[in-house]
Amino acid sequence: MSFLGKLSIEAVPYHEPIIMITLGVVAILGLVLAVLITKAKQWGTLWNDWITSIDHKRLGVMYIILAMIMLLRGFADAIMMRTQLAVATNGAEGYLPPEHYDQIFTAHGVIMIIFMAMPFMIGLMNIVLPLQIGARDVAFPFLNNLSFWLTAGGAILVNISLGLGEFAKTGWVAYPPLAGLEFSPGVGVDYYIWALQISGLGTLLTAVNFLVTVIKMRAPGMKLMQMPIFTWTCTWANILIAASFPILTAVLAMLTLDRYLDFHFFTNEAGGNSMMYINLFWAWGHPEVYILVLPAFGIFSEIISTFTGKRLFGYKSMVYASGAIAILGFIVWLHHFFTMGSSANVNAFFGIMTMVIAVPTGVKLFNWLFTMYRGRLVIGVPVLWTLGFMVTFTIGGMTGVLLAIPGADYVLHNSLFLIAHFHNTIIGGAVFGYLAGFAFWFPKAMGFKLNERLGKYSFWCWQIGFMLAFMPLYVLGFMGMTRRLNHTDNPDWNIWLYIAAFGALVIAFGIFFQLLQLFVSFKNREQLKDTTGDPWNGHTLEWSTASPPQFYNFAHIPHIRDIDAWTDMKERGESYQRLDKYEPIHMPKNTSAGVFMSACFTTMCFAMIWHIWWLAIIGLIGGIAVFIKRCYTSDVDYYVQPDEVERIEDAHLTAASKGVNA
Amino acid sequence: MSTVATDMHHEHEHHENNNVFGFWIYLMTDCLLFASFFATYAVLFMNTAGGVSGKDIFELDFVAVETAALLLSSITFGFSMICAHKQNKGGTLLWLVVTWAFGAVFIGMEIYEFHHLIEHGNGPQTSAFLTAFFSLVGLHGLHVTSGLIWMTIMIIEVLRRGLGNQTVTRLSALSLFWHFLDIVWICVFTVVYLMGAV
Repeated sequence: MSFLGKLSIEAVPYHEPIIMITLGVVAILGLVLAVLITKAKQWGTLWNDWITSIDHKRLGVMYIILAMIMLLRGFADAIMMRTQLAVATNGAEGYLPPEHYDQIFTAHGVIMIIFMAMPFMIGLMNIVLPLQIGARDVAFPFLNNLSFWLTAGGAILVNISLGLGEFAKTGWVAYPPLAGLEFSPGVGVDYYIWALQISGLGTLLTAVNFLVTVIKMRAPGMKLMQMPIFTWTCTWANILIAASFPILTAVLAMLTLDRYLDFHFFTNEAGGNSMMYINLFWAWGHPEVYILVLPAFGIFSEIISTFTGKRLFGYKSMVYASGAIAILGFIVWLHHFFTMGSSANVNAFFGIMTMVIAVPTGVKLFNWLFTMYRGRLVIGVPVLWTLGFMVTFTIGGMTGVLLAIPGADYVLHNSLFLIAHFHNTIIGGAVFGYLAGFAFWFPKAMGFKLNERLGKYSFWCWQIGFMLAFMPLYVLGFMGMTRRLNHTDNPDWNIWLYIAAFGALVIAFGIFFQLLQLFVSFKNREQLKDTTGDPWNGHTLEWSTASPPQFYNFAHIPHIRDIDAWTDMKERGESYQRLDKYEPIHMPKNTSAGVFMSACFTTMCFAMIWHIWWLAIIGLIGGIAVFIKRCYTSDVDYYVQPDEVERIEDAHLTAASKGVNA
Repeated sequence: MSTVATDMHHEHEHHENNNVFGFWIYLMTDCLLFASFFATYAVLFMNTAGGVSGKDIFELDFVAVETAALLLSSITFGFSMICAHKQNKGGTLLWLVVTWAFGAVFIGMEIYEFHHLIEHGNGPQTSAFLTAFFSLVGLHGLHVTSGLIWMTIMIIEVLRRGLGNQTVTRLSALSLFWHFLDIVWICVFTVVYLMGAV
């Protein structure tokens, strides 16, 4: 074993032009960005105000930036797959050889779920949740920063795998024995394991953090059944994270032991049982999809009630329905492998439980419809996403119920019908939700609204592109095409593959318009400025703050009497009130401990991937040492003085009164 | 000004409460980590691949002593916490050291057991049963080892800083951790050793 373990110059895939060109472009973009930051002299700001920030709003923004970068990466994978399949018909080989193509579909799945959807969801939760419950920050602000950097560490590992070694070729689920050492001897699966492990730890810490925040730090008077619905759905999601991510940690640890120390959890020989992996993986994996979609349901609820100007219909049933989904989500995992060969009764139980989930989900849909009923729905961009969701997600839900029938699943298992189904729910449910939330809360986080027209273009491209890209996959599934094919030889399939590829192109325009929207809106940020802090006539407390909110969130924490606390305050004439006297506010100080800890642990993971044992030990000890040092730092907080609070509040109230009157 | 001062005091106490509660939630997630390993053990313990089974290798007398050491350490940690709440620094330290010693005995015996098994050709690479056994028991041992390291740090903290609010909170978290590991061990002792030996 050499000094650098398995790592050598051979690990760079210089004979693969596609990868090398990508790397070149990334390097040039990175260089341009670095030059721009240096020119603008912003390195200090970047470090002091963002990287080391423990302000939940800034961390939220960073999460969403991470999610968007990873969306681009994951989407690049998607468009490569679709074009490959459109080209590689009638026995042609296409332009992506199987060993590269296999890495692409694996990376696409991992990135979209773990490094796009999760950070997007957690980012929105970070920005909004503490504001909604009237808290000044989360329970453990330092931990929040650490969580972000652990997630970012995982994303960095996945991206390193592009230029150094390879990524897993196993599909995003990495089932053994394929993912075992015998059939995957390279570093690909190790990248997968360690990237998921480190980001999973970050996610778990986030859940613990926000659960304590919600239970212990609500504004005075706010009962649990008065929490805004988005906060509630996030809380259910956090309960699911706390209950399911340890299973992922466990199963990845077992796979690690199999691969590194010749253990026999999942091997074919010596009594190992690979089905145990699949069970454990989905005992995490199924709750995971509800972790993604429940907060999205919360976002839609907030948007529908805000833009109809009405109270949400059936608040309580919404909370209970979310809870029911959360609990049922834990007893359906076996439907991912009906074909494993469990007894008919076992399959029937899991099939029925799966179908039952449609009931609380239906309750939600009707709640949204009844909220709109006799309301005056303003069709803004967030509402468009919501309406698009209601149609798209319902289709996805129905195909899900179809797949939940074990007999039907035997025919459709691992076919493109399944691929169409879960994209239908994850894009139509979760991603549309996050994009709706993005448009809805963007003014809150950044201080200016987004360009409406480009937002609408983006929505229609996404919506139409989605239908074009995925409806053909249902057809192809029925025609017998299975997932993860590299090339095909069936002329009947061709037309549908072409349509799907065209659909992906239309979605690409959706993403392009979104980026253009950001650019144009930023350019016109003065005209689009939100001075009131309440651009949509919102219902909940986040809209009572300035846009972007004061770093301490609330100068005075209000007493809560109603679910729609801000509406209640407006009706009582208690909004935008100037206080005679402000009190000092206790705030935590920024810290670099989180980013250093994550750097150490990411180094450890990288070293483990390449079997550089000495470096792994240094990384582990370094990370722990930084943590201990942080524990014995006493200079961690300070008080914002009343005169500064008064100055900030006055500025906000003056601007707001102009905006409200105008 | 006095109202502000009590406010500040109040806020700090609030934070300490959050810490213990947050740690408790973390422990629940840890509990699920163990649950996954227990479930795996339950699935794999009969897959001996023609090698030894629990009956052949478990020595209950030995494990009983190990168990006693860990259970006693829980009691002594309780004594330490009583002293800590009474602001008795000497007593706190004394019982912490005793707890540490019991914990070290436990870990020492576990290492001996593992070493013994591996030496006789019954290492975790031998069969799925041994894989699951070493992993489950080893995971617990890893936790106890982290507890010992944490306890060492806490002993130094108490020595240097005395029993301030923050230190007592940290001791409370560690004691939760320690008792939790005790409960997990009772499950390990029952499910792995007792049920395996009969």
